[in-house]
Amino acid sequence: MTAAPARSRAVTALLVAPAAVFFVFLLIVPLMVVVVFSFGERAPAGGYSPAFTFDNYLNLAARGKAFVNTLTLAPLATLLTAIFAFPMAYFLAVKVDPKWRVMLLVLVMAPFWTSQLLRYYAWIMLLGGKGIPAWLAYIGIADVRIINTPWAVLIGAVYGFLPLMVPPIYVSLEKLDKRLLEASADLGATPIRTFFQVTLPLALPGVATGSMLVFILLMGDYILPQYLGGGKVFFIGNALVDLFLQSRNWPFGAAVSVALVAIMFVTIFFYMRFVLGKTGTRRAALV
Amino acid sequence: MRLYAILIYIFLYAPIAFIVGGSFNAGKQAMIWQGFSLEWYGKAFSNPLITEALTTSLMIALTTATLSAIIGTLAALGLERMSGWLRHVFDALIYIAILVPGIVIGISTLIAFVSFFDMINPYLITAWNIRIEMGAWMVIAAHVLFNIAVVALLVRARLQGMDRSLVEASEDLYATPLGTFRQVVLPLLAPSILAGFLLAFTFSFEDFIIAYFVAGPDVTLPIYVFSSIRRGITPEINAVGTVVLMTSLVLLVLAQVILQRGSRTLKT
Repeated sequence: MTAAPARSRAVTALLVAPAAVFFVFLLIVPLMVVVVFSFGERAPAGGYSPAFTFDNYLNLAARGKAFVNTLTLAPLATLLTAIFAFPMAYFLAVKVDPKWRVMLLVLVMAPFWTSQLLRYYAWIMLLGGKGIPAWLAYIGIADVRIINTPWAVLIGAVYGFLPLMVPPIYVSLEKLDKRLLEASADLGATPIRTFFQVTLPLALPGVATGSMLVFILLMGDYILPQYLGGGKVFFIGNALVDLFLQSRNWPFGAAVSVALVAIMFVTIFFYMRFVLGKTGTRRAALV
Repeated sequence: MRLYAILIYIFLYAPIAFIVGGSFNAGKQAMIWQGFSLEWYGKAFSNPLITEALTTSLMIALTTATLSAIIGTLAALGLERMSGWLRHVFDALIYIAILVPGIVIGISTLIAFVSFFDMINPYLITAWNIRIEMGAWMVIAAHVLFNIAVVALLVRARLQGMDRSLVEASEDLYATPLGTFRQVVLPLLAPSILAGFLLAFTFSFEDFIIAYFVAGPDVTLPIYVFSSIRRGITPEINAVGTVVLMTSLVLLVLAQVILQRGSRTLKT
């Protein structure tokens, strides 16, 4: 071995070393600790005491409601968000004057990046007794309850994640060759048929990327169900906060965490395979 | 179509208008307008709890963004030079860091480090009479972990889009590797590094759930907002929220403009 490659290798090692330290000590080791703890027992005063038992996993059904809520509402909310985001992305990518496109897109994205807690809090007010239900009662539709129902969580999810769903769909629609739409029309296809046979299939990679992003964030969400579900519609995230910060049952909480991550990775794995099979692309825009 | 878009903007900005409106409301009741007033801004910024939380959050976000931008960029550069299984391991780690939910990052950091500190604190106390605890620095560490991954992805995407011939030209002109890096590579990467910096800053400034687990006795702004919402919010919080909102809107537009410029220089 000559000196040059050895030196080059040393440079490479130095470049990645700081990142490696973070990955090892703040990701791998802590995640391993979670796995180890998930086989332990709750210490009498809370926390962890060493043991080897599967009880925590066998006991997962005790938090079954959180899993059921998360696994039904997260996919449903993702689907709804995609449905509401698509026309918006289409409008921005196809209908709007190119001069204004980026500005209008940034305006869609901006809310996601700011004051999340306060924005959901505002929805508590808007959906609560003195908000929209009161206005509905005024026009004659009385006794509508939205807050603390699955509906509130769904509305909140569409509101919260639309800013993340629109950009990837926008990107895939913007690249779409408009001549394909004209060709389809020239060949006598109705606009609806053109949409389902040309536009939608070509925009699918964007929909897939956006949906995955939103799904991942929803699966681990805490604030949205906490505020808009009001403790009645709760997710795995709420169960975790309760287990770690209130009842301090670390081993059981660890088992719930392991289950959450496992479910996520399995879902993402199959989803990716399905999407790759459908669209044949591998692009994943993360921001 | 246009009507739909307008409705979506109203949907997205109604709660924000609600916050901004609340901050200028003279009364304390959220749903009742009692005249225009700036008093909540004065109250908010003379409330030591709020200013302290704001300072803590700014400190955490700035440190996180700086560290993530540097370490993430270095990692992206290193990864480009790596090959084989080690590179795959690193790629996998980057995706794991991004995919694992924030709440699990918070939990795992909490239980791993609390257990570790419990283990070593007795020795530290007998030896030097000090002890280590969770706190703002743990929040920074956990935020940096996530944002290294984000910055590395951003910078690497740009490295791969970069014209190799520029580097070769620089080498042909007898520039040292470091010179090439400083004068050719770094300026080309600058937009994505800056965008990564801004993303890391906003992420860190906004994060509630990780900080909630690992901040120990320290209070960040989102933690303060969370606890005051629990106690019953005052318009003070709306005032702070409005300031934060405007600041991040400006930062976000700025990041977008920078990225746009950047991709244009890359093409020419």
